[in-house]
Amino acid sequence: MSRLVLMQGNEACVEGAIACGMRFFAGYPITPSTEIAEYCALRLPMVKGHFIQMEDEIASMAAVIGASVAGVKSMTATSGPGFSLKQENIGYASAAEIPCVIVNAQRSGPSTGLPTSPSQGDVMQSRWGTHGDHPIIVLSPSSVSETYTLIIRAFNLSEKYRTPVIFLMDEMVGHLREGIEIPEHIEIVNRKVIKGGQSQHMPYRIPDGECAPVFAPFGEGDRYNITGLIHDESGFPTNSHIEANRMITRLMRKIEDNVDDIVATEERYTEDADIAVLCYGGTTRSVLEAIDEARSKGIRVGMFRPITLWPFPEKELFKLSGKIKKLIVAEHNYGQIVLEAERVVKNNCSLKFTGKVDGTLISPAEILRAIEED
Amino acid sequence: MVKLVIVMKTLKTIDKWCKGCGICVEFCPKNVLGLIDDKVTVQNKEECIFCGQCELRCPDYAIFAEENNYEQAGFNARQ
Amino acid sequence: MASQLVEKYMRTEHLPHIWCPGCGNGVIMHAVVRAIDKLELDKNKVCIVSGIGCSSRAAGYLDFNTIHTTHGRALAFATGIKLAKPELEVVVIAGDGDIAAIGGNHLIHAARRNVGMTVVVINNNIYGMTGGQYSPATPAGEFGTTAPYGNIDRPFDIAALAAGAGASFTARGTVYNPAQITSCIQKGILHKGFSLIECISVCPVYYGRKNKKGSVIDMIKWQRDNSIPVEKAGKLPPEELKGKIVTGVLSQATYPEYTEEYAKIIEKVSGGINYEQA
Ligand SMILES: Cc1ncc(C[n+]2csc(CCOP(=O)(O)OP(=O)(O)O)c2C)c(N)n1
Ligand code: SF4
Ligand code: SF4
Ligand code: SF4
Repeated sequence: MSRLVLMQGNEACVEGAIACGMRFFAGYPITPSTEIAEYCALRLPMVKGHFIQMEDEIASMAAVIGASVAGVKSMTATSGPGFSLKQENIGYASAAEIPCVIVNAQRSGPSTGLPTSPSQGDVMQSRWGTHGDHPIIVLSPSSVSETYTLIIRAFNLSEKYRTPVIFLMDEMVGHLREGIEIPEHIEIVNRKVIKGGQSQHMPYRIPDGECAPVFAPFGEGDRYNITGLIHDESGFPTNSHIEANRMITRLMRKIEDNVDDIVATEERYTEDADIAVLCYGGTTRSVLEAIDEARSKGIRVGMFRPITLWPFPEKELFKLSGKIKKLIVAEHNYGQIVLEAERVVKNNCSLKFTGKVDGTLISPAEILRAIEED
Repeated sequence: MVKLVIVMKTLKTIDKWCKGCGICVEFCPKNVLGLIDDKVTVQNKEECIFCGQCELRCPDYAIFAEENNYEQAGFNARQ
Repeated sequence: MASQLVEKYMRTEHLPHIWCPGCGNGVIMHAVVRAIDKLELDKNKVCIVSGIGCSSRAAGYLDFNTIHTTHGRALAFATGIKLAKPELEVVVIAGDGDIAAIGGNHLIHAARRNVGMTVVVINNNIYGMTGGQYSPATPAGEFGTTAPYGNIDRPFDIAALAAGAGASFTARGTVYNPAQITSCIQKGILHKGFSLIECISVCPVYYGRKNKKGSVIDMIKWQRDNSIPVEKAGKLPPEELKGKIVTGVLSQATYPEYTEEYAKIIEKVSGGINYEQA
């Protein structure tokens, strides 16, 4: 039997994470993600996990990777400026293939911006925030109950593909209170582990049938090296261009070759739609309201929502774009994911953008206007 | 019956690792070592007192005393 | 075949290491394994964490659980490892720039928390890896590629900085005296809490050349002639300690160790209220 409880988005994020085995959190307070750290401080020792408030976000990200290296599912949470500070070590986790989840409850930027105002301005940063070509997975929840289930999926993907996963929340969802159903059964994926020297000094070799190297936690008998430098299968640094090409290509393909497993989208009322609104995260509520309103006026409009923002659901959007006349991209920024949409949709249908950078939410009326305009 | 253990110490050098810094040569108290073509060489083997200074100071682990223990079985102390 | 010690604790297939002839890094890395050997630690439970720099490349050569992290952040990675698995023996190896410049904030906070780990600082008074820029440990008046007219920054006393921030054990040694470094590291590992051993190293290639310190042998001899054991230093007036290296165990205190304190919290609350129903 599932249970019904009232929760804030940030709290659901913590409870979902704990439910799937997250036992280490390091963070640094910043609005609007602070409650995540506070819940973790309260909850983790109850389940024999560890919470630590580090001296800054750089240190928090580092500590999270350290704990994951020791074999513990780990998470950090931040917003705005803190997300910028984490970038170098996110790249490290990506290159060294250390599973971890980074929650970013987006707030209005740039810089210190409007600290308490909602925004979706970190969509591109979540993809390309750290330097160099690197794989990343980014998920975006649009409600409190989805926050609970999707954070579990974030951990599952992180563990399976040994890559950092960014859980891109926004102020809206983080601070929203909703009654949610706690599912009784959840699917949990734990990283595959080898111990006692089984890696035979080749911890980065991919066994047949695996999509990522099998993890050897520190302290369990497989002594090996982890580095952010280009490394060979033993984990030792190398200057070889062949190895560099092999490593980066493999990292990128780890995600590219598995997009069908990683990408999740939601479509509503698209079967008969002439118009579709692409939205994600906190903007979704306003969009759904506007769609209801438009439908009551006889306009056939639907919604397309990437739950996985990166890798971007190209195939799904491309397919939809062949069936509709107009795509409206509604996002709470100056225009970010719209660039991806343009790239994918090409000339299949017309494309329109509606965004906002004043720190106020996009209202259903604004979206309705975009739907009704030509 | 007493077991007699003979400890044989020999100075070993690893040419491939020696970078010719000369530290071991300089700090050897017995002037045992020298450099030839930027590689360490043992020049007065007999003088070595196995103080371990060279091994301790070599940044490249290219010189060390190897210990070999030989057991002489059946040795009787009263013989 | 190398020496027994080197064979046992180093990844000899990767030797010779990348360091320049005479560089002190190799001597200090040797002292680290000698200390671990003397303490008979289980190799599988030892974790070496380093940052970025010439000195930080040590991690890759050592046959333990080794992680070469990002510049300055080794202590923060190490904190995560230690907290997640307190039974691991965590040893951090870092350069002076790594620990005291970019990593300075992590240094004071790790020391303050008293997380059980041993930090071996390789202080060569310069940024070696990037080619000889001044570091927070370059003495005032000395030269670096970014101090062509002489350094006007005042240097940190790294051991004193750590002690001031709450490190419960600090010590200092020089590459002139590797046996002393070994013994300090041994004591540091045995000490419960955050310990820091500042190893005064030599970078003949950048620091030496830029500052006309002569050969690496001259630099090591300078250390010999300018080191004062802490016991003796206590009896000398401050003028006589100017420009000298005070060596030995500098400070030691007993403070609660972080992971043990956290374990008490877990003990207290993990069996307690059922939050989900509260
Ligand atoms: C964030 C970041 N900034 C700068 C660098 C470039 N960098 C690499 S090593 C180094 C300094 C190394 O000096 P130190 O820590 O004293 O170690 P040493 O090389 O002297 O052993 C710098 C500045 C870097 N890798 N990362
Ligand atoms: S062991 Fe001592 S005496 Fe012998 S070569 Fe080395 S430094 Fe010289
Ligand atoms: S100290 Fe080592 S590297 Fe230097 S000359 Fe002697 S053997 Fe060679
Ligand atoms: S540059 Fe200096 S610190 Fe770096 S390896 Fe060479 S001598 Fe050592």
